[in-house]
Amino acid sequence: MLAPFALCGCSGVQSALDPAGDESAIVANLFWVMVIGGAFIWIGVIGTLLFAISRRERPVSDAGAGRLILWGGAVFPSVTLLFLLAFALWLMPGLRPFATPADASMTVEVTGKQFWWQVAYRLPDGSRVAAANEVRLPVGKRVEFALESDDVIHSFWIPALGGKMDMIPGRRNRLSLLATKAGTFRAPCAEYCGTSHALMAFSAVAMEPSDFDAWLAAQAEPAAGVSGEGREAFLRNGCGACHRVDGTEANATIGPDLSHVGSRKTIGAGILPNTEAAIASFIANPGAIKPDAKMPAFGALPAAEIDAMAAWLKGLE
Amino acid sequence: MIRLLPREVESLWTLFTAPIVWALHFLICYVGAAIYCAKPGLLGLDFAAVRLGIGIVTALALALILLSTLLAWRQWGFGTYDPPHDDATAHSRRRFQGFATLLLSGLSFVAVIFVALPAVFLTECLR
Ligand code: HEC
Ligand SMILES: [Cu+2]
Repeated sequence: MLAPFALCGCSGVQSALDPAGDESAIVANLFWVMVIGGAFIWIGVIGTLLFAISRRERPVSDAGAGRLILWGGAVFPSVTLLFLLAFALWLMPGLRPFATPADASMTVEVTGKQFWWQVAYRLPDGSRVAAANEVRLPVGKRVEFALESDDVIHSFWIPALGGKMDMIPGRRNRLSLLATKAGTFRAPCAEYCGTSHALMAFSAVAMEPSDFDAWLAAQAEPAAGVSGEGREAFLRNGCGACHRVDGTEANATIGPDLSHVGSRKTIGAGILPNTEAAIASFIANPGAIKPDAKMPAFGALPAAEIDAMAAWLKGLE
Repeated sequence: MIRLLPREVESLWTLFTAPIVWALHFLICYVGAAIYCAKPGLLGLDFAAVRLGIGIVTALALALILLSTLLAWRQWGFGTYDPPHDDATAHSRRRFQGFATLLLSGLSFVAVIFVALPAVFLTECLR
């Protein structure tokens, strides 16, 4: 009866047991070997216990007990642990492979902030494409991540693709991932970072390489809808003091880059669906959606103005 | 060879020989690897040299622990007496101490192998 509940952790957009990448496949493999090995040992221990209980009336000799302790209590655990340790260590180089400069076609810089993610794609030609709250990567190509933090410790973790890596202020940690299956995955912040830590996530999208290239090229340009209605209100209300929208004078980096916010999977770093209504409610009162969010509430503005900005932002694809 | 070592060396100190070797081996391996990985250019060595170094230190540590095991085995009386050695006599005390040393040596031997095992598989630092 409990099985369905136990198994629902084994698949889905945020499961390390439903691997879509090289590293996560190794982690899943290690997990199953340990679980199954542990199950056998548990059965052995319980079996011995039941056996001992059933023989209560006929105790074994001192020498027999000594032999049992030596083999069952010392030799067997040492040898088993040796093999398990060797197996895990043998997997390790594959868990943290570092892209050599030759095969790292691209470095993705991700900076953790309370409570969102700044993203920048650094291409071999030196150009830089800014984004936020979403990471895309081509299937079958090793991507190198450079992970930093601006405030407190965060942790970068795309369970479906690989292990986690902390983002530590003042350090630049490296991680490389290889996606093997296309798909959209959820990536939560994996280190408590403040009140809205649990509301800090991003979507990781693994795409076919040609789709990825087209997507990245589009990201490097202003969105088509950038001159639309709502732009005026956005600039007039000072949103540009914190946000950047490519194609306008808004060019700040205190908040997420909004140049292509309309095409993101989610709003507010993985917590709201990307709809006009959600964007409008976020603008009106970010703190109600994400306690302690570092964006002021604009609920005092006329609703029509908020809706216009939301519609414009949703159009930035 | 076991005859060459005087029985007088068997003291409470020999009880700690193996764990101390384990501790030193642990420190040398971890501190050495940490320094190498933080300052790779320090001695102009590559990681293979670090692994070889760990291998040599490990062989040395295991040899020392083996020696301690032999001494303990002798002190215990080569297994002719069975535990628990809990009589209030000097003889029983010696056997007890020998047996305890023997067990600690076994533990340290396994631990040293576990500590060194990563060097068999890891071929570079995480940077
Ligand atoms: C003081 C700086 C600041 C100002 C001014 C500001 N924002 Fe923000 N904004 C932020 C921060 C910081 C976040 C990230 C909040 C979080 O998710 O923790 C954010 C998030 C957002 C998001 C969600 C982005 C995403 O990727 O999901 C939208 C939409 C947004 N702001 C719109 C606006 C609009 C419209 C205005 C002007 C009315 C505005 N912001 C003014 C700092 C600011
Ligand atoms: Cu965080």
